[in-house]
Amino acid sequence: MWEYTDKVKEHFLNPRNVGEIENPDGVAEVGSLACGDALKLTFKLDKNKKIKEAKFKTFGCASAIASSSALTEIIKGMTLDEALKVTNQDIAKYLGGLPDEKMHCSVMGKQALEKAIENYKGVPATETGTKIICECFGVTDKEIEQAIRENNLSTVEEVTNYTKAGGGCGGCHDEIQKIIDRVRSEPKADGKLKLTNIQKIRLIEETLEREIRPSLKHDGGDIELIDVIGNRVIVATRGTCATCKASDITLKNFVEHRLKELVSPDLVIEEVPS
Amino acid sequence: MSVIYLDNNATTKVAPEVLEAMLPYFSDLYGNPSSMHSFGGQVAQKIREAREQVAALIGALPDEIIFTSCGTESDNAAIRSALMTRPDKKHIITSRVEHPAIRALCAHLATQGYRVTELSVDKNGLLDLENLEKSLTPDTAIVSLMWGNNETGVIFPVAEAAHMAQERGILFHTDAVQTTGKIPINMKKNAVDMLSISGHKLHAPKGIGILYIRRGTKFSPFLIGGHQERERRGGTENTPSIIGLGKACELAAKNMEKENTYVKRLRDKLEKQLLAKIPQSRVNGDTANRLPNTTNISFEYVEGEAILLLMNEHGICASSGSACTSGSLQPSHVLRAMGVPFTMAHGSIRFSLSIYNTEKEIDFVIDKMPAIIERLRGMSPYWTQAEQACTNQ
Repeated sequence: MWEYTDKVKEHFLNPRNVGEIENPDGVAEVGSLACGDALKLTFKLDKNKKIKEAKFKTFGCASAIASSSALTEIIKGMTLDEALKVTNQDIAKYLGGLPDEKMHCSVMGKQALEKAIENYKGVPATETGTKIICECFGVTDKEIEQAIRENNLSTVEEVTNYTKAGGGCGGCHDEIQKIIDRVRSEPKADGKLKLTNIQKIRLIEETLEREIRPSLKHDGGDIELIDVIGNRVIVATRGTCATCKASDITLKNFVEHRLKELVSPDLVIEEVPS
Repeated sequence: MSVIYLDNNATTKVAPEVLEAMLPYFSDLYGNPSSMHSFGGQVAQKIREAREQVAALIGALPDEIIFTSCGTESDNAAIRSALMTRPDKKHIITSRVEHPAIRALCAHLATQGYRVTELSVDKNGLLDLENLEKSLTPDTAIVSLMWGNNETGVIFPVAEAAHMAQERGILFHTDAVQTTGKIPINMKKNAVDMLSISGHKLHAPKGIGILYIRRGTKFSPFLIGGHQERERRGGTENTPSIIGLGKACELAAKNMEKENTYVKRLRDKLEKQLLAKIPQSRVNGDTANRLPNTTNISFEYVEGEAILLLMNEHGICASSGSACTSGSLQPSHVLRAMGVPFTMAHGSIRFSLSIYNTEKEIDFVIDKMPAIIERLRGMSPYWTQAEQACTNQ
């Protein structure tokens, strides 16, 4: 049995805004019967161009129904610009969280919202330049990329939990991994992917282990992470590095460079005297 | 709120008589049946009785019964023993609708150099024996086919299939976890070499199982250890559970008729009434060859997990083959193998009854289900269209 929060259960048992608005300003349908969940969202604007009314019809499990209900409650009273900023995380948060395997329900809500707003603005619903990655569930590369960026996903399993991609035959797992690698190697200057301190430390450790230590060890040296204070990465050098005159240059030109590239451009490396 | 338990293919209540039989072996009679003293020896005597009770239920000899920890262990032990004792043979035949205990094991063995044939089933979940015959090769080590399906209750022609394997000198195993205690099994009248049983599906506790091995069948143990179970399964005996399972088998033999009259009648009533009261619903699986306690019904345009949670609000327990309850994103492999359309598979509910269910409970479920389905269909974007299409016809 899924561990749903009381809020999820409450919105499932007493869903808000069930139905379909007649002559809506925006309408969208996402998902399909075959996929196991589908959502039809309709909304109407008031004279100030704020969402006056939003309604849903959903085929799906308890968390799909609760996510739809939450979505309609969240967007009521918003301008379309405000509504476009609503993320699937906002929907999940509103419900006090969703089980990992059910995050795709919140993503479905977000997709329906985007499509309904596009529908209102008259933007053609078919996107150009996208490619279906997961044939089983009809998930495109754009959808996968967006889920990775907005939720800081790093494994195929997480992508499946959030988008369903890869949850069928599994034939697209390699392609999903490539998209993850590509998106995660993008510069994170847009600030969307803000790392928490713990995530930052973990990522620095991983990078040291994977990218840096092997080449230092090759020369008989080693490096140890002592602390991370803000953007200052405090390290100690070990082995031959500790006595090497060129270790300053190695730290700045190689270690710092790699950390800036792979973790955050703001990082500065500092050495503690050994 | 009282619980109405219609999920007996998942697990069953321990019968009060079973519990009573077990209790002394947790407290006063804790001896090890292998010990030389009579304090342990008296427990060994009770285990002998339990083995006889199990053997009697399925028409076997007591020395053909091995106690294991669960159905999954029995399945693993059977298949692995077949492969170990026939090392030159690399082919396994099974079906597409087996329990994960067999399916996942065979998928694993397929990565270890074995060739696995998964026989298909028709839209009613039935097996084509001609297809089995064509698949048997000189390289086939074992055929493993379940006797009764856990999701649909459909019964495979195990006796005929075992006979085909026997004629060609191929070992035959059946997972009879859902079948035992529900329909008569007589090992004297079939050619099955190995058979798996799970205690908790027939009112014994969880954590106890049985592997039947026909006398004369070569066996290579799965758990290697002490000399317990005549060196065919190491590990100190789970004495309370073994004694409980013996009692459960004795009760199952007594209740076999009730299972096929009383339980079957309640199941049929539930099925008939739900189909009559709820439009766009249908039964999955062959209704002629079916366990007496199981019905699997699809309600179109609604999703199984949502149905189960609304049933839960009334204390009604059942299962679903929908994607959201299967632990993966795809609906049940059994329903997919039968070619049940996704629209139907997502809204499938399995009701599995036992002798402890009452007519009053069934009436309560018949009363509550239509409103549950109607409520979810009212939220479904597909239902309005489908309903209109129906009334226009």
